[in-house]
Amino acid sequence: MSDYKNFTMNFGPQHPAAHGVLRLILEMDGEVIRSADPHIGLLHRATEKLAESKPYNQNIGYMDRLDYVSMMCNEHAYVLAIEDIMKLDIPERSKYIRVMFDEITRILNHLLWLGAHALDIGAMSVFLYAFREREDLMDCYEAVSGTRMHATYYRPGGVAKDLPNIMPKYMLNKNQNLDQVEKLNYNREGSLLDFIDSFIDRFPKNVDEYENLLTDNRIWKQRTVGIGVVSPDRAIDLGFTGPMLRGSGVEWDLRKKEPYEIYKNLEFDIPVGTEGDSYDRYLVRMQEMRESAKIIKQCCDWLKNDNGDFISSNNKIAPPDRDDMKENMESLIHHFKLFSEGYCLPVGETYKCVEAPKGEFGIYMISDGANKPYRLKIRAPGFPHLASLDEMAKGHMLSDVVTIIGTQDIVFGEIDR
Amino acid sequence: MNKIRELLDGHIVDYVESDMTTVTVEKAKLKKVLSLLKEDINLKFTQLIDLCAVDYVEYGDSEWQTKEATSTGYNRGIRPSSHSRIDFSNETNEDEYDLCVTYHLLSITHNKRIRVKCFLDDDSLIIPSVTDLFASADWYEREAYDLFGVLFEGHNDLRRILTDYGFIGHPFRKKFPLVGNTQVRYDPEQRKVVNEPVDIEPRTLVPKVIRKK
Repeated sequence: MSDYKNFTMNFGPQHPAAHGVLRLILEMDGEVIRSADPHIGLLHRATEKLAESKPYNQNIGYMDRLDYVSMMCNEHAYVLAIEDIMKLDIPERSKYIRVMFDEITRILNHLLWLGAHALDIGAMSVFLYAFREREDLMDCYEAVSGTRMHATYYRPGGVAKDLPNIMPKYMLNKNQNLDQVEKLNYNREGSLLDFIDSFIDRFPKNVDEYENLLTDNRIWKQRTVGIGVVSPDRAIDLGFTGPMLRGSGVEWDLRKKEPYEIYKNLEFDIPVGTEGDSYDRYLVRMQEMRESAKIIKQCCDWLKNDNGDFISSNNKIAPPDRDDMKENMESLIHHFKLFSEGYCLPVGETYKCVEAPKGEFGIYMISDGANKPYRLKIRAPGFPHLASLDEMAKGHMLSDVVTIIGTQDIVFGEIDR
Repeated sequence: MNKIRELLDGHIVDYVESDMTTVTVEKAKLKKVLSLLKEDINLKFTQLIDLCAVDYVEYGDSEWQTKEATSTGYNRGIRPSSHSRIDFSNETNEDEYDLCVTYHLLSITHNKRIRVKCFLDDDSLIIPSVTDLFASADWYEREAYDLFGVLFEGHNDLRRILTDYGFIGHPFRKKFPLVGNTQVRYDPEQRKVVNEPVDIEPRTLVPKVIRKK
């Protein structure tokens, strides 16, 4: 029995637990991983090169499609970079709207992560619960931007539209009777902010439900405790950011350390782990959802008492008012130039980053004074995380690879770009 | 931050304070500078947040000249500046390039960031690898090699990472055409997927213009 040899196994690219299109070449010693070599790039769309051929505003839509479960956070880093190069101040209201939607996005992302991660390691029902809440948050996306996922809502200078005063409702249809439809519409009678308020009221109880299913669950603990342990120093060296870094016990959150927009006015805590294993990262993300809910509540309260502008009045970068365009020559010209040629940024370079749900999402933008970015480098948080898969999986069993992919919160839209 | 200036005195060719401290170094001093920044007790730039290459060959070039527009009108159908194709007959791709490698470092201890730029000014594409200083450099260097063709000396495993198996060329260089060089389709007669030269014309939807204020 001594002449067993290591063998190589192909995992993916079409595997439900590979979270998209990950191909892993695993060198196995029986059930134990000796090395893992991720092959990525199957979703490579050359976003950075495409962005260099388009005017600034036309690239916002590409940002949504990077990390396609945290759409608005990607847009946020991009518009921040533009605003930084042109030294543009934006209205207070738009900052609050952006922060509120950043946090809605964080919950959206963490819910998808939670559902998929649990599903991968055998817990079916969490997925269904998580998607119930995601549905409501996607309705918020739809209410402000018209789309459920790829919103293109943030614009240089603010956001595309103000928050709507009415919330779209379910209509009577052949599958649901009047009672059922009314029940679905119970919190949709007021504005979007009222709807978000009612969501935030119930959301902490929903998180309790998920935790009830998992946190003390014996199987869940057996599958996650002690799996993929990363020490704090090693996590820094490997380029970890976000929950991956905090799970290892490093208290680092850009919302606190380099507060952008209005994060310094808000009260929230940064959860950190102690062990640096998959279970700690799970706990960190669960707590982050609760903190996000607190932030959304604070933004909601502020926005309810405010009637300011949602976008800058500088018509060189933000479109003029629709009515104005019909009567005012200047506005007509601004509108025409903005939507045909775009606008030119001053010469300069900048690196702007936001605390995206997965970690530090950064945009390194170089402008040579043109109406298109000269170079746009997207710093995706998942890229260094996946790079460490070999190190994290080494010595674990085959089934733990699935846990590690899950705990890294891999999305190929941003890794392959 | 004068601390950085003092520490790196004699090692850097340029020092700018823009959105963050930006220093430019020569290739020979690159590793020295990065290790100084990493080891110095008052700086502790221990995390390599990002590493990327930039191709400066078309920097400041405008695709659409508007000076003479009053007498000549505007030319709508302009050709994109990057349209050079690989010539498959002789397999030599005489790309022009002007590459720079940019490192973004973060000090978690002191909450500071720094950008280090290193131009590949001679004709050699070789630059020392920093994988022994920062573990995260591994894949970033593979990416820069794949997309720009920068060769990192000392990297253990410099394979392509994002492009397809067997891809030719370095697609993010400015002279590489946006529509690419090859296209892939399934050939029912040969019953396999075939690669062939791309048959769409490169075009520009919105020309690149530079307006001087």
